[in-house]
Amino acid sequence: MNQAVTGKNQQKRNIMYREALNEALREEMRRDPSVFVMGVGIAERGGSYKVTAGLLEEFGGKRVIDTPIAEASFTGLGVGAAITGMRPVVEILFIDFTLLTLDQVINQAAKYKFMTGDTRSVPLVLRTQGGVGNGLAAQHSQSLEALFYHIPGLKLVMPSTPYDAKGLLKSAIRCDDPVIFIEHKLLYMNEGEVPEDDYCIELGKGDIKRSGKDVTLIAWSNMVPRSLSAAQKLAEDGIDVEVIDPRTLVPLDKELILESVRKTEHVVIVQEAVRRGGIASDIASIIQAEAFDYLDAPIEIIAGMNTPIPFNLILESACIPQETDIVESVKKCM
Amino acid sequence: MYSKEFLTNLYRQLFTIRIFESRCIQLYRKGLIRGYFHPYLGEEAIAVGVCAALKKNDYITSTHRGHGHCIARGADINRMVAELLGKKTGYCRGLGGSMHIADHSGGNIGANGIVGGGIPLGTGAALGISIRNEDRVSVVFTSDGATNNGVFGESLNLAAIWNLPLLIVVENNQYAVSTPIDKSTREPDIYKRCIGYCVDSSVVDGNDVLEVYEQAQKAVEKCRSGKGPILIEAKTYRHGGHHVNDPGHYMPKEQLEYYKSKDPVVKGRSLLLESGAVSEKEIVSIEETVKREFEEAVDFAQESPEMTVDEFRAIGEVY
Repeated sequence: MNQAVTGKNQQKRNIMYREALNEALREEMRRDPSVFVMGVGIAERGGSYKVTAGLLEEFGGKRVIDTPIAEASFTGLGVGAAITGMRPVVEILFIDFTLLTLDQVINQAAKYKFMTGDTRSVPLVLRTQGGVGNGLAAQHSQSLEALFYHIPGLKLVMPSTPYDAKGLLKSAIRCDDPVIFIEHKLLYMNEGEVPEDDYCIELGKGDIKRSGKDVTLIAWSNMVPRSLSAAQKLAEDGIDVEVIDPRTLVPLDKELILESVRKTEHVVIVQEAVRRGGIASDIASIIQAEAFDYLDAPIEIIAGMNTPIPFNLILESACIPQETDIVESVKKCM
Repeated sequence: MYSKEFLTNLYRQLFTIRIFESRCIQLYRKGLIRGYFHPYLGEEAIAVGVCAALKKNDYITSTHRGHGHCIARGADINRMVAELLGKKTGYCRGLGGSMHIADHSGGNIGANGIVGGGIPLGTGAALGISIRNEDRVSVVFTSDGATNNGVFGESLNLAAIWNLPLLIVVENNQYAVSTPIDKSTREPDIYKRCIGYCVDSSVVDGNDVLEVYEQAQKAVEKCRSGKGPILIEAKTYRHGGHHVNDPGHYMPKEQLEYYKSKDPVVKGRSLLLESGAVSEKEIVSIEETVKREFEEAVDFAQESPEMTVDEFRAIGEVY
């Protein structure tokens, strides 16, 4: 993997999402000695998805720390270390396991700066991965971003491409506030163009993944590649889709979304998470409040079924928005 | 064997906490302080004895019953009272209140509204010290109630496997809110739990400031020499209910009377007198100064402005 990452001198090369994340960690750890990583199986093993592979060899056991399975506490140790001058990157193997950390994330990390008079920052990154993928069933497949989106004091990042993953993780590490950084288990092997130069992507800046004039399709994480293929299909039918990826959900690039809506006058929002209480609903409420006069049709939301994720692969697919669902919804709103 | 200055300082702090808590309760009764208020009355010798063993750059994390730790780490009484009154000049500018005072100049990472919530934070401070390879320690003040929470065992284990410079001080006041310790755990000696984690531990009389100091001194030295973590259990008792509005009817009268007869502040005063270093007159003079300083702090707080809603919006919107 490292050869692919560093071996060439070209300005741009294609690397995998997981390699891009690895580069971000490596570069930030080289740049700033206060950055360290900790989590279950991240040092010797290099992480379940190889995101932290090779870091132990370069930075040693003091900064690349294998932890026991004690999510609540090692996350809390990250919070305490962040308050006292470090920049920890804590990895939680599955987003489902972040539920064990919620006191430390929500009551401590998110509120510390505020409670203590808006003075002391908590530069913590909590990296985790979510979403369905290959039959991991109800406790290893959830999309829980709305939980964190709801909490004042947290930033929320969900990259969909290797380029975004790298630039956003570097910004997250440099951010003085706690950042929940959610990767997707089906994206790790995806390849994309990533420059060799050092770059960061500002938190709160969305991206137009495909320009179009007929309909605004808003998606994040693994729903972005799915939306892009749907857009390709729809183009064959003469529908020109604009795909917007907010990339960071908190802060949300409202202006980018509204600008697109004012142009296309049609909106479809796609989220993998269950529909109830989801971020799509919140984005829809922002659009109707701020761009109601521009809308030519009701906002369509395509979301996961309100159900735990089943093990059976056919049923699993049925729970989650598929390309055909996106195509149908776009046609319906035109 | 202790200097006059050292013993005098210990007593001044004991008495400051006693005055702070008892007079703030009066302010609470008058309606000047709102919200929750968990007095440290009866437990003063623990914060004072432990903090006397620390250096300026050491860290502490505190609890919901945290005013004593704050004062023992040298916090500014003016800013503490101002915070309890919700004023802009307070430690948290009125955004935190009693349960969230932090004082970074004194290495105080902060009180905590969640029982046990501060244990990982203080352990994390110790992890940072270890990564940076610094000569510092982190002290977690916690309670018997918190030791039945998962993060206690988890953090103790993490500190043990990484040899962190961490001192955990369990203030065993024998009640978790209203539940007595014998109904919360089969083994009321909390320090014994450390055997299973291979962590050195000891038990002290939490009413004796010098005994606490001496044990803390040894523990801190061990932490500094890479032999951490260490746990000290200090046996103590609340001189009242869980918070100011809890009369504590569930606490047996004779038990309360017993512990009041071992009052740590009275004992600290006798220690100072018996040392022969200080006369009764000098002690009275210290006490008068502490009382006057407290009244000045109340004046400061009352005269201080509150954060305006507009000022708050400018802060609140970014969260």
